[in-house]
Order: sequence, then C-alpha cells, then structure tokens
Amino acid sequence: MSVLVNKSTKVLTQGITGTTGQFHTRACKEYGTQMVAGVTPGKGGQDFEGIPIFDTVRQAKEKTGANVSVIYVPPPFAADAILEAFDADLDLVVCITEGIPVVDMIRVKRAMEGGRTRLIGPNCPGIITPGECKIGIMPGHIHKPGPIGVVSRSGTLTYEAVYQLTELGIGQSTCIGIGGDPVNGTNFIDSLKLFNEDPKTEAIVMIGEIGGSAEEEAAEYVKKNVKKPVIGFIGGMTAPEGKRMGHAGAIISGGKGTAKEKIAALEAAGIKVSRSPAEIGKTLKSVLK
Amino acid sequence: MKIHEYQGKQLLKKYGVPVPEGQLAVSGDEAMEAAKRLGGVTVVKAQIHAGGRGKGGGVKVAKTPEEARTHAQQIIGMMLKTHQTGPEGQEVKKVWIEKGCNIEKEFYLGMVLDRASSRVTVMASTEGGMEIEEVAAKTPEKILKVAIDPAVGFQAFQGRQLAFGLGLPAALTNKFVKFASALSKAFMEADCSLLEINPLVVTKEGDLLALDAKINFDDNALFRHPDYEDLRDLAEENPNEIEAKKFDLSYISLDGNIGCMVNGAGLAMATMDIIKLFGGEPANVLDVGGGATAEKVTAAFKIILSDPSVKAILVNIFGVIMKCDVIATGVVAAAKEIGLKVPLVVRLLGTNMDLGKKILADSGLPIISADRMDEAAEKVVKAIQGK
Repeated sequence: MSVLVNKSTKVLTQGITGTTGQFHTRACKEYGTQMVAGVTPGKGGQDFEGIPIFDTVRQAKEKTGANVSVIYVPPPFAADAILEAFDADLDLVVCITEGIPVVDMIRVKRAMEGGRTRLIGPNCPGIITPGECKIGIMPGHIHKPGPIGVVSRSGTLTYEAVYQLTELGIGQSTCIGIGGDPVNGTNFIDSLKLFNEDPKTEAIVMIGEIGGSAEEEAAEYVKKNVKKPVIGFIGGMTAPEGKRMGHAGAIISGGKGTAKEKIAALEAAGIKVSRSPAEIGKTLKSVLK
Repeated sequence: MKIHEYQGKQLLKKYGVPVPEGQLAVSGDEAMEAAKRLGGVTVVKAQIHAGGRGKGGGVKVAKTPEEARTHAQQIIGMMLKTHQTGPEGQEVKKVWIEKGCNIEKEFYLGMVLDRASSRVTVMASTEGGMEIEEVAAKTPEKILKVAIDPAVGFQAFQGRQLAFGLGLPAALTNKFVKFASALSKAFMEADCSLLEINPLVVTKEGDLLALDAKINFDDNALFRHPDYEDLRDLAEENPNEIEAKKFDLSYISLDGNIGCMVNGAGLAMATMDIIKLFGGEPANVLDVGGGATAEKVTAAFKIILSDPSVKAILVNIFGVIMKCDVIATGVVAAAKEIGLKVPLVVRLLGTNMDLGKKILADSGLPIISADRMDEAAEKVVKAIQGK
C-alpha cells in the first residue's frame, strides 16, 4: 500500500519535448512508472520513444486514460500548464518547475479551490512509491519499499534522508516532496493525514525548513490527530535573518519562521526532532517498535 | 530584488499613489539645486537598501537650500549603520531630496504574502513610523488585516474597513480607499514580494502621502519585467552573489571561514547546520543546482576561493542529474587551475559515486574524502583547526 500513486497510476508529461522533460520521462519509465502520454502544444501526433504526444491535456487523458500529470514546462508557462491539467479533471498534478512567480501561484491556488484535482509542488522533486511508481526527478535507486512515509519541503535533503533510511534497511511507503515555494499545493497536513490513514505506513518522517509556519501548523495537527510515530528535521538552524536560503520560501522575516520556533513546536507535539541532518535515519529507527 | 526608496516612489506614482515631489542628488551642490527647485523646507534622505535610516543619521530636515547642501555633503560618503546593514554599515552614494510636508498623523500600510492563506494580506496600523515587527510583537491588536481575493482584487469595502478601523476622519475615507487600491494594484502588477509605506501620513491640509516606500520584487517574476534590470544597484549587492548569478548559481555569503559547495537549497541549509554542530562556521554556501556541468562547478569553485575569509572548503553533493564523476572532474580541474591552498573535504553521493571518488583519489591533490555528512563536517572543522 501507499498514498496517492501506485502501479496502476497512469502518468502524462507536460513539456515532454524539452530536455528536462525527456530526461525524466525516460528515467521514470525505466523505473516502471506507466508513462502513457506527453503533451506539447503543436507536436500532437508525434511520439517520444514510443510515448504518444498530444496537443492538449484533455486529448491525452481521453486517448490514454492518464490520471496524473507531471509538469516540466518553464516558469513563464507553468501556471497555465497546471490550470490546463486542472481543467482536464486529473486526479493529481505534480509540478516540478522551479521559479514560478508568486502572483501566478496565488491565482492558480484560488482557481483550484473547491476542485478535486490535487496539486503537488511546484518547485519540488515529485512523489514516489518505491518499487511501483516514480513521478519526478528523485533518484529511484536509493529508495526501497517499506513502511515509512516521508514528506519534505526539500529535494536533495530528502534524498539524503531516504538514503539514510535505506542504508539502515528501512523502506518507504511513499515519499512526497511538497516543494520549497511559499505558495504550494499539497502541504504537510495533507500528507500527514494521508500517511495516518494509510494502513501500511507505520511511521512518518517530516522534513521542514525555515520560513512560514507550515511546520507549526503540522505539529498542531499531529498532536490532535496522528497516532503513528512522527520524527522531524528542520533545515536552516544557522540561517541568518532576512536572507532567502535558495528556496523562495526559506526566509526568516521579522524574526518569524526560525528553526528554533519550529523545533519547539514539533517537540511540544511529541515529535522527535533530529538536530543533525546525518541522523534522520537513526532518529526514525529509534521510534520504531 | 530590492530597490531604493526613490525608485519605489517613482513606481508607485505611475500607479496613482500620492508621493511627495522629490529629486535625486549625488553631491551637495546637486542637493542645493534640488532644494531650490522644490522650494520651502526639504528633507535629505540617504538612499541605501536597508531600513532604519533615520535613526542612523541618514535622514535630515533642511530649512534652506544651503542647509540641504550641508546635510547632503555629510550624508553622501558616510558608512550608514542601521539594524539592517550589519556593523560595518553601508556606504551612501546618493540622496533623495524631498519636499517637506505638514504632518498631522502617521500610519503604517503594508502588503505581503500570507503563506497560510496563499493570499496577499494588507496590513494597516495607527503606529506609523514604528517597525511593524515591533508592533506585531508588542501590540498585535493594533494591526488591522484584510486579505486580497485574487479573483476580484482589492475591494472598496476592504479599504473602508481599514480606514474606519484606523479611526481616519470620514472625509478621508475615499482618499484612503483610492490609496490602498492603487497600492494593491501596484503589488500585483509589478510582482512585488513586499510593499511597505511607513509612514503613510495625513497632512494638515487633509491629504494622504506615502512618505516612505519600501519595495521588494519577486525574483521569480523578473523575467516579465526586463526594465527592472535598470533599477538594480550593484553597489548594494555582494560581488560574489553577482558573479554567481552569471553562472546561474545561487550564492549566500555568511560570516565564518568554511566555504561550502552543495546542490539543492535544503541540503545547503543542512550542510551549514551540521558544520555549526561540529563547531565550525560557514563563510558561504554555493548551491550549484541540479543540472550543473563541470564548467559550472569550476566557476563555483573560483567564486568560493575568491572570498579571502575561506580557510577550508567542504563539497557536499548528492549527484542525481549531475553525476558524481562530472562533479569530481570539475573539482579537480578547478583545484588545479586555481592552485588550491586550503584544505578541501569532498563528500559525493549518488550516481557514479565510486567513479567520482576514484577521480579525486587519482588526482594527486590532497583532497580529504568523506562518506557520511557528519564525517565530512567533522573533517573540515578539524582541518581548519590544523588537527
């Protein structure tokens, strides 16, 4: 079992003819994901290594039964791409694109309100259910099927955490990268809720970072609703105030959004927090029965 | 991206936000000429990106054009220290000469993204002139907030809610609604990430004026505003950050002595954190991103080494798209080209990592290799201590 994606998930790539789209569509297909279609306006009728290309998302869905989209289109066109996938009523849209203007995402989020399509990202590595379905840019080979749900705002730091888990022989149910932007789709609470309800997920790793208050809100949720063990890590303990630390969303402003506050909130909710990024795996192991 | 007060005011003026008349000056004589043209009492304001300029002595009132010249001569060239500049201060290169006004009362009006609701929030307060963070900490009830629905934009009723909440006289309500509407239009259309008017003043003549303007632009939206490039003041930016941008790298300068080359923002922060856990201090963090080439790695290396405070280097890379052998080749090439004089600890993980390690080991360079992240941090801290 897993959350959101599994071996029956059918994926289409928006931006399949770009270098990034091609590289990762191929890698996901090799991993075993059902990559059933691609969309590039004006290139309908062609194919990419046997994967049919369509002009619109609606056509691709109709002809192939795709229910999930992954987006690699450049930032100026990404908001439009998300809304096209939403309009086609897909189950899930995973937007990998980094650098989408905030104002665009504010509008996208408003437009998707009340709809049933779920958004993951933008500016994220994607989602993977090890051994079944990889959607996005994460390295598949470091993952291993198992009972741990992973949710994270970061990309490479998530790989680091997953690598540590796998080295310890602990596999993952599903890993969700929610992205490093200040306005995103699926958040910590949504992911925690999914993992909490998934019978095969036994414990959860939550990787946050400075900026905003999503971790504090998630801690509150865990305290009230989550019965499974949760462990955490917060990146940016040493980040100076007012500097954007790579991710658009990773900034301490007005003394708010510090790692210290977040760690305190997580610990108050009974979440064990690893102080060292090298001990995320070990910390998780310590809470397993 | 940050801009100066005078640039912010010029932008806001285009959107119909009332601002005082002013003129830029880079010398005492120019300041005097500007004050003469503006007439009456003027204010000489230092133009640097940091806030808190008044307290640091960067804002002065001049009764005569001659006084404006004296003030400008004092301010231009000074190292202005504020709570946002750091202890060394920021050199003032230009001043904004502005027509004085008769202040009746000061307010605060600001706009910023509220991440929890994914909407732009308009904040208003009667505590004009004070730092909003201070007001939020001490008297949060004095901050009024409304959220802008992106489907319809800022509405007049929201403006009235704020105006009445601030206790503005009824006669000023419509002026305030217009002011706030123009400001919110500017925020959305100009792709701001922060817009603050502090203070917004009511004059004795019954007008509203933006006496200050602090604007930050959303870096992600710069592609649709090519004209913003002209507003960029390179003197206000870190030269290494400018150099890094040329190669599409992200560089953050810090106060310590360990240079870091990492890929990905999360891993970058985690690397800083773990260095500190082992008692070290990062000098900078250079994020080479996911798709870096050997050429980019070389450029990154040069930037790190050009910082004289760097006494050791830590490379911590999880190679995914970028394979470890490519990174290793880049590291070796750069180290040979520049002539590495400080200890270098490398930790590579991911695709082709064994090949990467072999390239490092066979390079003939004194590179210290590490497998784990904590091991790498420990080794670089020890190397700096000469152990």
